[in-house]
Amino acid sequence: MTAATLFGLCAAVLIGVGLYGLIVNPHPLRKILSFNVVGSGVFLLFGAIAHRGAAAGMGGDPVPQALLITGIVVAFSATALAVALLLRLFDETGSVTLSSDAPAKTGNNAGAH
Amino acid sequence: MLTTPGGWLLLLAVLAPFVGVLAGLALGARNAQRVATLTLPVGLAVAGGIAWTLVQSGDTVVYLLGGWAPPLGIALRADGLSAAMLLAVAVVICGIGVYAVADFGSPAGMPEKRAPFVFWLLLLAVWGSLNLVFVSGDLFTLYVALELLTFSGVPLVCLDGRGETLRAALRYLLFALAGSLLYLLGAVLLYGGYGTLDIALLAGRIHPEPIAWAAAALMTVGLLAKTALFPLHIWLPPAHAGAPAAASAVLSALVVKGSWFLVVRLWFDVMPGVVTIPAAQLLAGLGAAAIVVGSIVALRQERLKLLVAYSTIAQIGYLFLMFPLAFDASGTALVHGAALTGGLLQAVSHATAKAGMFMAAGLIYAALGHDRIADLGGVARAMPVTVLTFAVSGLALMGVVPSGAYLAKKLLLESADGSGQWWWTMVLQGGAAFTAGYVVLVLTNALRRTTAPVQLVKRVSRLSEFAALALAVSSLLLAFAALGPVPSSLISNPLLPKELGPTLLVVFGGVLLALGLSRRALFGADSIDGPVRRVTVAVGSGFEQTDAFLRRWPSASLALLLSAALFGALLLARGPH
Repeated sequence: MTAATLFGLCAAVLIGVGLYGLIVNPHPLRKILSFNVVGSGVFLLFGAIAHRGAAAGMGGDPVPQALLITGIVVAFSATALAVALLLRLFDETGSVTLSSDAPAKTGNNAGAH
Repeated sequence: MLTTPGGWLLLLAVLAPFVGVLAGLALGARNAQRVATLTLPVGLAVAGGIAWTLVQSGDTVVYLLGGWAPPLGIALRADGLSAAMLLAVAVVICGIGVYAVADFGSPAGMPEKRAPFVFWLLLLAVWGSLNLVFVSGDLFTLYVALELLTFSGVPLVCLDGRGETLRAALRYLLFALAGSLLYLLGAVLLYGGYGTLDIALLAGRIHPEPIAWAAAALMTVGLLAKTALFPLHIWLPPAHAGAPAAASAVLSALVVKGSWFLVVRLWFDVMPGVVTIPAAQLLAGLGAAAIVVGSIVALRQERLKLLVAYSTIAQIGYLFLMFPLAFDASGTALVHGAALTGGLLQAVSHATAKAGMFMAAGLIYAALGHDRIADLGGVARAMPVTVLTFAVSGLALMGVVPSGAYLAKKLLLESADGSGQWWWTMVLQGGAAFTAGYVVLVLTNALRRTTAPVQLVKRVSRLSEFAALALAVSSLLLAFAALGPVPSSLISNPLLPKELGPTLLVVFGGVLLALGLSRRALFGADSIDGPVRRVTVAVGSGFEQTDAFLRRWPSASLALLLSAALFGALLLARGPH
């Protein structure tokens, strides 16, 4: 097994674990973390592709690395925005549930955080 | 490939709004509005300039960033599709800008507030991101543009900072992020397989093989989640219904079109030979389901803004009907043709009409202090222009001559007849009746006579009323604007028997649907409360429960993964060729 394949498989596992977390965890903060796990998986996969694409004798394909940096910045901004919204939601309602069925009264759903 | 004459206009189309955002951010609240007011006409002129350049040269307008050609550099390109969308978005943004002066103005002498400041900046940010989506020539720039669009759209949802809208915004953001990760994964796979992300280069290298199928399925489904195509509409109703009217208009008319446009780019320009007819049928099938479920649930709503939000879900469905109709004669590749023109017209038509409709709903809400559909009686007498706006945008959405939706329907029906896909003919013809249903429901309530004149809690601005009316009317007259590319024989007098007949049939169908499915009896009387009505009401609430089930997080995210798997499988199913 080459290093690139190993990294690719790790990326697949990360994406799978992250997606699982994104679906089953009702807590928004865990969803945000899961989003970051999936993101890391995608970035790792891109890294593996950069390594594999460097067959021409270069140390690595530079384009994916440039794109990766941008991708990480985007994922970071997304996380920051999501956490800011989450904190504001907690300030306003006292709960962080995403379910719109639950009544939006303060003090309710105390177990969710 | 080189920068073409006028290519700098593409750069300006993206830069002008973002320069406005930065300047507004630095200059503060009152000036943010002034900056926006200055940027709106500039952006409109740039969009017009791009369209003019394109018509003059007859070829794609290209700008190479820094003079570097792809694959190393990044190209901005504008073809006919981009130019049409750029122009439509510029017009709608300007309309919304005029409308929002009353709601988000900072009158002299009053303290500056946070919401107007944020609104004007985000309006420009949405515009810049959309322009970037329309002119980007590479899949990674498109990813960044799409994320910018989401980041500017999400805060628009929770401008008023209530808990309910914050929750809607967070749901929207998280689901959209799940979608964008799938898109990014697909883009990464394409780079791994073909070594480029430039659309033109990729189109030449891509082949129907596993990596292309996987990428196509992932990217398509990721984009569908952002577009809120049924059954991935988990976030749309609370987000669009909870936002202030001007923000709802931006979100509903424009933001969802960004990811829709990207699906079109992907299918028609990146991988026209990779996608298959069965996959296109699934896409349009989801669209048809969106029309039926979205419209029926819209009929069951008690609040006007939620009704309009569900109508958006139904109208998004229409935008996907063109895909199976756009294949070439041998059925192996998607081609630019009448069906695509129809789909594009549908999008532009919906953008203008839905902006007008949300604005009208917002004005009614502001004037009455509520938007309960059952208590709208007398509002037509108090606010005739606004109710007229609602009616005109409803007619435009139904596809009455000479609206853009009418011409779109004509073009799509021709393609359906030409390729023998009679089932899409049925959906196209029947869909209008569903639209008529909820328009009729609102209008009968608004036109109802009341004993006492309705009490308005607030006088709405004339300027806002006429901005909304102007957008609705432009949607109704859109067919004339499209006369250049399509033959004029497609438009006929709306009062001729062959046009009036179907229109009346559609309205009649709508009345029947509204009679059967609305939550309260349509004319306020119990005379129709027979066994038939009981059955139809049960059907209606069944649809409502299905919708509520699908909009729960686990079912929506499972639907996301399942549809990705289904698209992958259907891309394998290639017809004989």
